[in-house]
Amino acid sequence: MQITYTSGDQTEVYRFSLPVAIAVPLVAILLQSFLPVRMPFFSLFDLPLLVTIFFAVARRSQVSGMLTGALIGLVQDSLSHQHIGLYGIAKTVVGYGASSLGVKLDVENAGTRLLLTFVFYCLHQIIYFGVARGLVGLNLAWSWSHELGAATANAILSVFLFLAMDRLKLRA
Amino acid sequence: MENLLHRYRNITILVAVVFAQLLGLAIQVRKTNGDESSRLIRVWAVNLVTPFEKAIVWMQHGTGNMWREYVYLRGVRQENRDLKMEIERLRLEQVRLSEDAEQARRLQNLLAFKEQFVSKTIPAQVIGGSGSEQSRSVFIDKGSNDGIANDMAVITADGIVGKVLHVYGSTSQILLINDQSSGVGAILENSRLQGVLRGTTVGEVVLERVMSDETVAAGELVRTSGGDAIFPKGLPVGTVTKVNRTPESFLSIQVKPAVNLSKLEEVLVVTEKQERVPAMADKSSERAVDILARRLPSVPDKPADPKAQAGTTPPNQAADATKPKPNTVTPKPQGVAASEGATAQGTAPKKTEPAKKPAQSVIEVSDGVTKNPTPPAPKPAVEEPKPPAEQDQPQ
Repeated sequence: MQITYTSGDQTEVYRFSLPVAIAVPLVAILLQSFLPVRMPFFSLFDLPLLVTIFFAVARRSQVSGMLTGALIGLVQDSLSHQHIGLYGIAKTVVGYGASSLGVKLDVENAGTRLLLTFVFYCLHQIIYFGVARGLVGLNLAWSWSHELGAATANAILSVFLFLAMDRLKLRA
Repeated sequence: MENLLHRYRNITILVAVVFAQLLGLAIQVRKTNGDESSRLIRVWAVNLVTPFEKAIVWMQHGTGNMWREYVYLRGVRQENRDLKMEIERLRLEQVRLSEDAEQARRLQNLLAFKEQFVSKTIPAQVIGGSGSEQSRSVFIDKGSNDGIANDMAVITADGIVGKVLHVYGSTSQILLINDQSSGVGAILENSRLQGVLRGTTVGEVVLERVMSDETVAAGELVRTSGGDAIFPKGLPVGTVTKVNRTPESFLSIQVKPAVNLSKLEEVLVVTEKQERVPAMADKSSERAVDILARRLPSVPDKPADPKAQAGTTPPNQAADATKPKPNTVTPKPQGVAASEGATAQGTAPKKTEPAKKPAQSVIEVSDGVTKNPTPPAPKPAVEEPKPPAEQDQPQ
């Protein structure tokens, strides 16, 4: 497990075809909405977040990373009955952060991806709960054990998911 | 300056995007009905996702039905036999329950008690969820085009599920009872204590607002009280699993929902409720005791008493015959009574009706003496069991 610090010139920048850029987030949101009803344990995962992180680190563009995160988050908000913007803000920040790190780190190996997803899941949840409780006044329960467990589960899933999605990348 | 803007361009965009969303949040929070301000975005998102979910569910059911109904038929004969036995058992139980229900209706009528009945429901398929642990809601495949409206109750055969929160053209969002923003009026079945059922932050269901000086036992059933004007009274909610005392003067009663909310597939949306005073039993309706009497083997009548043949009856029997029966209610036209009540369904003959008289089974009452105009024929040694209507007649 090696985290390599590389210069911006050495890092590979990828792009995605338009159908992939639209379909992959849509499928992630669809599965996130559909699967927990059939398999309750699946609510532990946050597929839209994983897709946000993947697109952000692959494109290595902060603007596109944050916009992708914002769009995915807003659609996710729209499917819940909570206020629109909670997931939007959290995923905007995660998209920005992931693409910023993508410029500086080698995010191609599994260890980096595991750690990256773990950290960004925690950041995402902190921002979501912070905004929901601090600004909107929602009474949400924070459980460290649950959040750390969910972060680990998402991190493990990301390793396999990112490996599968690597095939969709095109060299820029 | 230009160089500075270029240098901090990305962070400026980040701040702007986050700020715009915060502004949107503030508008939603400030407005009393925040849903209206974000309605358009929700409609777009729901219309983007739900058609795919519907297609998946449709394919899933198609495959499942093909497997179950054409391929996998093992044990169907045994199941059929079991179901037939179950039907017989339930028929007998229905007889007993209908007697109880009849009595309850009479009492409710005396009290002019208004009941709410679920008069119309629409079955719907659960096609998806919110995808968030913080929002406990599901989407169904019926919307305003099917007659669904906001705040309609959603139930299953086991109990209540939630209420309709948002309605779209062909889908609706259902707020489950274990969401923390839901609230249902509930009553404990045995102790008759009322409270408010709420979801918790971790997706459990608790009954609140029950005074702590009351005694509530685990295992007690919880039903809807009808006080929320959404759910009709008496629907199953769940079972008490744990009772906690809070620092305030209320109990916090943990309830296990009657419906498995994490595995919902089909639900019923209550589209119409009727509120009415329950009517007294129709005279044409069948009494439970008569159904039982018809089903059970009857004891053959004894040979006729010679005294009875003389055309008189014992005084006490005659007096009983003239008394109105407790279960008989407002008289009906004779024709209806003769065809439906007395003969066909075995109820007592309508002694107080003066109009037309059926040829054979009419009893004339005068001066406290019951007379049968046709003298009884000599009975054979072994009789066929008579219908209950004839058996009830005084000889």
